[in-house]
Amino acid sequence: MAVHIDTRRRVLINKLVMGVSTGAALAGLTMLVWILGDVALKGLSAINWDFFTKLPAPPGEEGGGLANAIVGTLILTVAAALIAVPFGVLAGTYLAEFGKTEKLGAAVRYVSDILVSAPSIVIGVFAYLVIVIPMGNFSGWAGAVALAIIMIPVVTRTTEEMLRLVPIEMREATLALGAPYWKMMLGVIYRAAATGMTTGILLAVARVSGETAPLLFTSLNSPYWLESLNEPIANLTVTLFNYAMSPYEDWQTMAWGAAFLITSSVLALTVFSRIILMKRMR
Amino acid sequence: MSRTATSESQIPEATAPRRAFGDVAFKAITTGFAVGILLLLGAMFFVLWRESALAIEAFGPGFLTSAKWNPVTEKFGALVAITGTLVSTVIALLVAVPVSIGIALFLAELAPEKIRTPFGVAIELLAAIPSIVYGMWGLFVLAPLMSAYLQPALGGLFGWTPFFSGPQMGIGMLTAGLVLALMIIPFIASVTRDVFRMVPAQLKESAYGMGATTWEVVKDIMIPYGRKGIYGAVFLGLGRALGETMAVTFVIGNAHRLNWSLFAPGNSIASTLANEFTEADGDLYLSSLVALGLVLFLITFLILGFAQLYLKRMSAPGSKG
Repeated sequence: MAVHIDTRRRVLINKLVMGVSTGAALAGLTMLVWILGDVALKGLSAINWDFFTKLPAPPGEEGGGLANAIVGTLILTVAAALIAVPFGVLAGTYLAEFGKTEKLGAAVRYVSDILVSAPSIVIGVFAYLVIVIPMGNFSGWAGAVALAIIMIPVVTRTTEEMLRLVPIEMREATLALGAPYWKMMLGVIYRAAATGMTTGILLAVARVSGETAPLLFTSLNSPYWLESLNEPIANLTVTLFNYAMSPYEDWQTMAWGAAFLITSSVLALTVFSRIILMKRMR
Repeated sequence: MSRTATSESQIPEATAPRRAFGDVAFKAITTGFAVGILLLLGAMFFVLWRESALAIEAFGPGFLTSAKWNPVTEKFGALVAITGTLVSTVIALLVAVPVSIGIALFLAELAPEKIRTPFGVAIELLAAIPSIVYGMWGLFVLAPLMSAYLQPALGGLFGWTPFFSGPQMGIGMLTAGLVLALMIIPFIASVTRDVFRMVPAQLKESAYGMGATTWEVVKDIMIPYGRKGIYGAVFLGLGRALGETMAVTFVIGNAHRLNWSLFAPGNSIASTLANEFTEADGDLYLSSLVALGLVLFLITFLILGFAQLYLKRMSAPGSKG
């Protein structure tokens, strides 16, 4: 390194870069406050008792709510989790227990990491082709399957990580008592990793509950209460999309309300599971 | 349940015949589900390919290079959607990469210890906001600001180029790119921060000990050391941006036209699918849309594949930038 570089210039450049970098971080924070602030300000005005208890009103008519969409989103998310959690936990178990060094393990890990970021709209297209077309109509199941496909790789990878955190001594102690491997997993290791796995699942739930693209042509939307998962099912995100794109002002207000509800639930779930995870990792 | 202890020093997988069945079954089931993930990916490629066969047969490779998209005459080409996807993504990366590296630098090196965690959490929360909220915010808040301030300013400065000319409507390619940038900044920033943190303290301290300034340590030590990881982070952001649907659909304008101007409305693959999939009547129309989805899936798969390779190499022990 050259010794005779003007020190003042170096210090100046350093200060400049530090200033720009701090500025970038502050800008990031500003955007967060700005977006959340807008969502809260515009959303809260739409939220009242009716919002949670009534069916949507036609445009121009006062009142109405999104009760059916709120219930629909909850049901879709639960159905997706029911499919994805067993699948992901078992696949994650393979990765943590049997596939550490094997080629199959490496391949599954690689594909899961790619699928985590795969475009969700393409997953929606896939669910449309394999479920909606054979069934002949849009359905809640198709939406649940699409969401489940998004959840599976997330659950798989977090399960693997959490199982790996369980101390080896616990395994040795259980096996030394003569327990077979599967009993050790069910009785000891899953229990030891339960908190971490649950929070991982919650993070995955948070992620899919805000998804819109995979539902656009699977679950579609509906202005009514749902009667079965074999029919189109009302949900918050597609309702938000339709309402926000509509020319009616009261629908747009309703959309902000939906945005507020989705954002606050997703963030609350995310923060909650992060706090638990952080406590556990230490 | 009486059982004698095993004498193996290693953890046995299935030794005594009595327990063999349970363990073999357990391993088989978990392996089955792991293979299921690979099959899922295979099924996605296969189904998308099979359903786009009609469009591939009808248009051949010309599908990728034709700018026609006419449901009435049933002539379909992917050029407009592919161009829109690439242009909006390039705008997003041009904005997002420098900002993200700045944020990562701040979080890893500059920020006082006390504010690192809250700042880091705030950036990660930006990543958790659902993309449809970004899109809605872009349409109702950002787009009016774009047409009132940024577009006139850019039009005044660079209006003589074809890129910043034309009506300043707020929505369009540029706005879509900016909303996308907002969305991927948290991803790139938090991965880059983790990469910076992996730089061994000895390396940094040696440089500081020689009298290097913070910026010199970053420029000459941290960025070269973490180069692969940073590439990985950028590719990850790129993969996300290419496939992002809702944030783009709100603000891109949804017009099937090629236009030099970044102010003009356009379409991306994802926004085309979002807008037209349920309306597609006719097998060829649907098949063409599926073919668009296949193109998107292939591109993102490759990009994300690269991202993972880079990130793995970074975290592999003994690797150097």
